[in-house]
Amino acid sequence: MRKVCVVSGGITKFARANLDTQEAMCKDALDYALDDLDGRLDLKDIQTTICTYFSDHFEGQLLFDSLTQDYLAMCPKPSMRIEGGGATGGLGIRAGYMDVASELSDVCLVYGFEKMSEVNTAKGNEFIALASDTDFDYPVGGFYSGYYATMAMRHMYEFGTTAEQLGMIAVKNYDNAFNNRWAQKHQRWTVEGVLSARMISTPLTLPMVCVMSDGAACVILCTEEWAKRLRPDGKYAVITGLGCGTDTMRLGDRPRGDVIPLPGEDPARYVHLKGKWPGTHSFRGAREAARQAYLMAGITAPLDQIDFAEVHDAYASSELQTYEDLGFCMYGEGGKWVEKGGPYIGGEVPVNPSGGLTACGHPVGATGIMQGVFALWQLQGAMAKHCSDAEMGCDGSKIQIESATRGLIHSHAGTGTYIAVHMLETPEGGAK
Amino acid sequence: MTHVYNVKPLQVGRHYEIDYIHSYGEVSEFFVGLKQRKLLATRCLKCGATWLPPRRDCGKCGSRTEWFEAPLEGKVHTLSVLHFAAESFLAEVPFVLAYVGLPGIDTVFLTRIKDCKLEDVYIGMPVRARFRRLVNWTPNDVCFVPV
Repeated sequence: MRKVCVVSGGITKFARANLDTQEAMCKDALDYALDDLDGRLDLKDIQTTICTYFSDHFEGQLLFDSLTQDYLAMCPKPSMRIEGGGATGGLGIRAGYMDVASELSDVCLVYGFEKMSEVNTAKGNEFIALASDTDFDYPVGGFYSGYYATMAMRHMYEFGTTAEQLGMIAVKNYDNAFNNRWAQKHQRWTVEGVLSARMISTPLTLPMVCVMSDGAACVILCTEEWAKRLRPDGKYAVITGLGCGTDTMRLGDRPRGDVIPLPGEDPARYVHLKGKWPGTHSFRGAREAARQAYLMAGITAPLDQIDFAEVHDAYASSELQTYEDLGFCMYGEGGKWVEKGGPYIGGEVPVNPSGGLTACGHPVGATGIMQGVFALWQLQGAMAKHCSDAEMGCDGSKIQIESATRGLIHSHAGTGTYIAVHMLETPEGGAK
Repeated sequence: MTHVYNVKPLQVGRHYEIDYIHSYGEVSEFFVGLKQRKLLATRCLKCGATWLPPRRDCGKCGSRTEWFEAPLEGKVHTLSVLHFAAESFLAEVPFVLAYVGLPGIDTVFLTRIKDCKLEDVYIGMPVRARFRRLVNWTPNDVCFVPV
């Protein structure tokens, strides 16, 4: 397969309500990406598109991808809508990769959006919960925060993970987002404040849960030849690894077996989890997605070889679980890894330097693509350029990972049903 | 009459409603079983894996399964107390959402724990099934209560 590069990206500022239409939001994200290429890419050079949005219920419009394709002046080019719950955006990048790697396209626009503000928060949660089994799970729980909370409770029971550790993750993400002008929430929190905030579903309080958002994002994928033409300074990223994992829709149906080892990982590390994994405490699909991506990108020591990660922290607890799935620490040690500073900027692998979903927001179809945009800007060393805003007090240089050459993005759907992991590197190749 | 929320940009109300005639298909027996105060599970004829909720075809090996009655007593596997919910369930909060493990069943079963204080439910707590007399033909026709 030929190399697939990420040359540019754009996002709209995620907001509780963006009163523009979805198609206009997509156009704004695309214009940002094109502007960043200083006129070197013309609309006519885009050969295929991938559109991602999650919910026909939220949008109140079926086949929205046709409206956006039209609005972006992309007709009659090939296009496809990709949908996979919370992982919709990440799966869209995977589809775009397939377009370019398979030589169906030299330049592919991957764009996604969601407008969640047209219904109240409880109704929005109902729409999201319709992405759980509507025969057996939805009528009983009907609330994704509740499902994730049961996973968090089991993780705490199995491994001694604490609410304070979850609070630390939320605080970290709010602190990072403070210097990201694109983030929906610019708030300062303390661990005590997070723990005493309004309880949503034990042990998750309101600031540990991502919010409904309106927004759009896009990335432009292309061949190496196009990337060199569009970025004569060599400031583009190469997708060096990708993986996709899945798991049962019903969390209660997940097996209790043995840990899938990552490349180079000794399965003997997990003797104590024999016959217990993933159970209801870990994400098998995320582990499998990471395994594939690491194998393809030659990652055998994630802590040494990955400079930063943008992960799907819809909940502070799922970010902690994801550290373990991605091999940033042993299963069961996510909480301790937070305490020793692992995921902080300056730590072993900074996680969500952008502020993640917790603070940036989660307009579902745009979220996984937003991660790709932030990862590209990190690898370009361009966080200060794109994320600063003097008026808002945002200093993007503070969330720039110094000399980053390899990053990971992780997009995740309903309690781990779909996961897409991508490794992005600078053209010179990644190594710390 | 259409409600106008804002004029610039123009924001108006839009109504949408639908009723489905939904089939439970090959797992219909489970819901009929609840009315008979039974928890009907399935067991794979080839590998022996047991499923509750039931599956006609084994989720591990793909072979056909057979019905059997699951035990009505088990233990709380994990839980959460919900203080917020989707719109349809808002009137019911707070409530305890839990996965219950039953002996001989490989999966854990999503249910609500009732008849006790919210803060008294714990992982490992012994519970037993309680069935609704007047069924709604949903999994809420069964819940679990302390033994």
